[in-house]
Amino acid sequence: MRSRKRLFAALPVLLLGSGGAHAAPVPGGINFQAAATDTAQRVHEFHDTVLVIIAAITVFVTALLIWVMVRYNRRANPKASQFSHNTVVEVLWTVIPVLILVFIAYRSFPLLYEQDVFPEVAENEVVDVKVYGRQWFWSYIYGEGDEALEYDSNMVPADALAAGQVAQLSVDYPMVVPVGKHVRLSVTASDVIHSWAMPAFALKTDAIPGRLNQLWFKVDEPGVFYGQCSELCGQRHAYMPIEVRVLPEDQYLAWLEKSKASVADGRAYLDEVQPLGGSQLASSN
Amino acid sequence: MSTEAHHGAADDHGHAHDHGHDDHHDPKWYSPSRWLFSTNHKDIGTLYLIFALFAGIVGTAFSGFMRVELMEPGLQLFDGKAFGGFFGNEHDYNVITTMHGLIMIFFMVMPALIGGFGNWFVPLMIGAPDMAMPRMNNISFWLLPASFFLLVLSMFVPAQATGDATGFGGGWVLYPPLSGTAGHSGPAMDLVILSLHVAGISSILGAINFIVTILNMRAPGMTLHKMPLFAWSMLVTAFLLVLALPVLAGALTMLLTDRNFGSKFFVPAGGGDPVMFQHLFWFFGHPEVYIMILPGFGIVSHVVSTFSRKPVFGYLAMAYAMAAIGIIGFIVWAHHMYTVGMNVNLKAYFVAATMVIAVPTGVKIFSWIATMWGGSIEFKVPMLWAIGFIFLFTVGGVTGVVLANAGVDHALHDTYYVVAHFHYVLSLGAVFTLFCGWYYWFEKIWGVKYNGVLAGLHFWFMFIGSNMIFFPQHFLGLQGMPRRYVDYTPAFEQWHYWSTMGYFVMLVGMAFFFLSLVEAAIRRRKAEANPWGEGATTLEWTLSSPPPFHQFNDLPRVR
Repeated sequence: MRSRKRLFAALPVLLLGSGGAHAAPVPGGINFQAAATDTAQRVHEFHDTVLVIIAAITVFVTALLIWVMVRYNRRANPKASQFSHNTVVEVLWTVIPVLILVFIAYRSFPLLYEQDVFPEVAENEVVDVKVYGRQWFWSYIYGEGDEALEYDSNMVPADALAAGQVAQLSVDYPMVVPVGKHVRLSVTASDVIHSWAMPAFALKTDAIPGRLNQLWFKVDEPGVFYGQCSELCGQRHAYMPIEVRVLPEDQYLAWLEKSKASVADGRAYLDEVQPLGGSQLASSN
Repeated sequence: MSTEAHHGAADDHGHAHDHGHDDHHDPKWYSPSRWLFSTNHKDIGTLYLIFALFAGIVGTAFSGFMRVELMEPGLQLFDGKAFGGFFGNEHDYNVITTMHGLIMIFFMVMPALIGGFGNWFVPLMIGAPDMAMPRMNNISFWLLPASFFLLVLSMFVPAQATGDATGFGGGWVLYPPLSGTAGHSGPAMDLVILSLHVAGISSILGAINFIVTILNMRAPGMTLHKMPLFAWSMLVTAFLLVLALPVLAGALTMLLTDRNFGSKFFVPAGGGDPVMFQHLFWFFGHPEVYIMILPGFGIVSHVVSTFSRKPVFGYLAMAYAMAAIGIIGFIVWAHHMYTVGMNVNLKAYFVAATMVIAVPTGVKIFSWIATMWGGSIEFKVPMLWAIGFIFLFTVGGVTGVVLANAGVDHALHDTYYVVAHFHYVLSLGAVFTLFCGWYYWFEKIWGVKYNGVLAGLHFWFMFIGSNMIFFPQHFLGLQGMPRRYVDYTPAFEQWHYWSTMGYFVMLVGMAFFFLSLVEAAIRRRKAEANPWGEGATTLEWTLSSPPPFHQFNDLPRVR
């Protein structure tokens, strides 16, 4: 227990030293995981703006409360005045919040449309992956027909974690996508509702039987990213994490070729070109 | 308001026994028929309060199981081994979270605020002798223990057609297919559906009773625009219940027929749509959160005004802000569902509509502060809870503005940020107003005084403890910790640990609460008719404490 706590403290340093855009929860973290996409970056910026506004509102309300408690307690003000109306302040505390909300909405809508509307890009800039949520693992499908690559992605159990793997987050066969491409996920489920979530991309979409939900992201640097199923799906809901590996395009294509022959070969290639090393050992047990 | 007219009435009643000129003798408290067959709004209110207290103990214990489980990574309680396997496995953890939610909402907060304080004080405040339909009031209450029995029973019957798992572990939102035969093929879920149907009937009957009482039985001279704000809050709440609960009942019935009679409303293989259930559920579910908080708004208005010795600032704005919150509450439901794959324009609408709610809510917060402004504030225990509530509800409200924005909600949906948000407005909002009302009306209800020191300690431990539980959960959510997880990656340990510590601090507060009950019951200091002085202006303070078994036989006249 003690030694683990010390290792936690060292983790951010280790992560920074490891190179690449890894993102995982950090011990004691109080903010978003580092943004891995431009869109996530804008989500963070928007959130930070709103956070400043709501913090200011909370401080303002608290200050007013403290002021009335100090100035108008029974000792300081034995005789209560009896006013119960003041049109000016009533108009102000209606209009000013409206203006603040209009400002927030003005920043909010472009962000929403940027996330939700798939950008106009050339077909060769797009990589499609089909995602199935199942009790209790994910299945990923690349391509169609005889050429298709389909495999399941299961959590690595605590007693089987290799060096660098993260407890509750690492999987045996991660999703692999190329750097700089628009990755378009088509997400559905085969039994109950699941939700494919990736905090570093500030994204999630529910995997719903009978529906096909789309999600897109573009990561500009290679890296390892972790997410978790985010819709209660039964007993092992906590045990179906998501791991995304972003590779340079040539390596991605090589991984795809090898995986089509054998997913184990693909995994071995992945460990070769993108080893987790010891950098994340700290959080693995 | 007139106080002379019914002083006489109260006195008459105080001496009903001596003179023997009244048909209605006070039944003895230990007489079972007094409670089982009760048609008296105060007795029924007391039953609701005791029931809510009992359910609250169960719900709090369940949250304790969760917090202990989550104190460290790995499985502590739900590993099939702890306490001889008593807590079972991860499925049982899901059952506990589900039951915690359902119990706290349907069997603790709603019965206490609406059934308890509503029954007790709506008739007293509007100068009515009782509720409009006293016998319906009786069935409203007694359906609730039956419903609770069904819910508890569901925990002990099979979850699946095969296997030995028991109870429904699909979350209080009951989303199919997890709540359908695909996820829970056993009878547990059917019992949950029946339980909620019965609880829903109970609430609808109660709501009809409140609407009829408030619209028809106000004392002469008490126009709607002179009616105390707590009665206003109950009127709005009752309308929300009558409009929202039938939608839940419809959704539950469709789920029931899907499960048992081969219909396919929510089964995609048969042309149905699971998302349709979510729309129906949240069309009920969002008004439901206002159902839980509006009565508290009413209580806090009275408490702030009483202890500031000032009339409520902007009375009409306060009343219509509640009505506005109620109305807007019906057109924002899909902000609970931003991730189901809605059209982006639809999301944009729900973003805008949701943020509008912040305006009337802000009016209420600022009006409470304006009520205190210029007042002569006395920090009695109910006032501590009221001020604590205003602060905590502000914190919970502003994170609601964050979540209203679909762009950010895509990241935060179903994380601990949401858990922190809704516990700030409910666990620290609605529950704080509940204790606020409890201490405000304690003497009026029980006829004895509570110990101010114990009650004060209750407040401070609860305030510090519940902040400790829920504030760190914002951090967990931002870091990506999903809801309803029995286990997590070690990086989340630190804030989970603090959260669990906060739970224990909160428990100390609850210990002081129960201690104050025992102390008050033993010492039995006789209550005053009006312990709060000139600031307490509503009609219930003109009656003795406890009020006579029947009051206002001569109706008070309000000027």
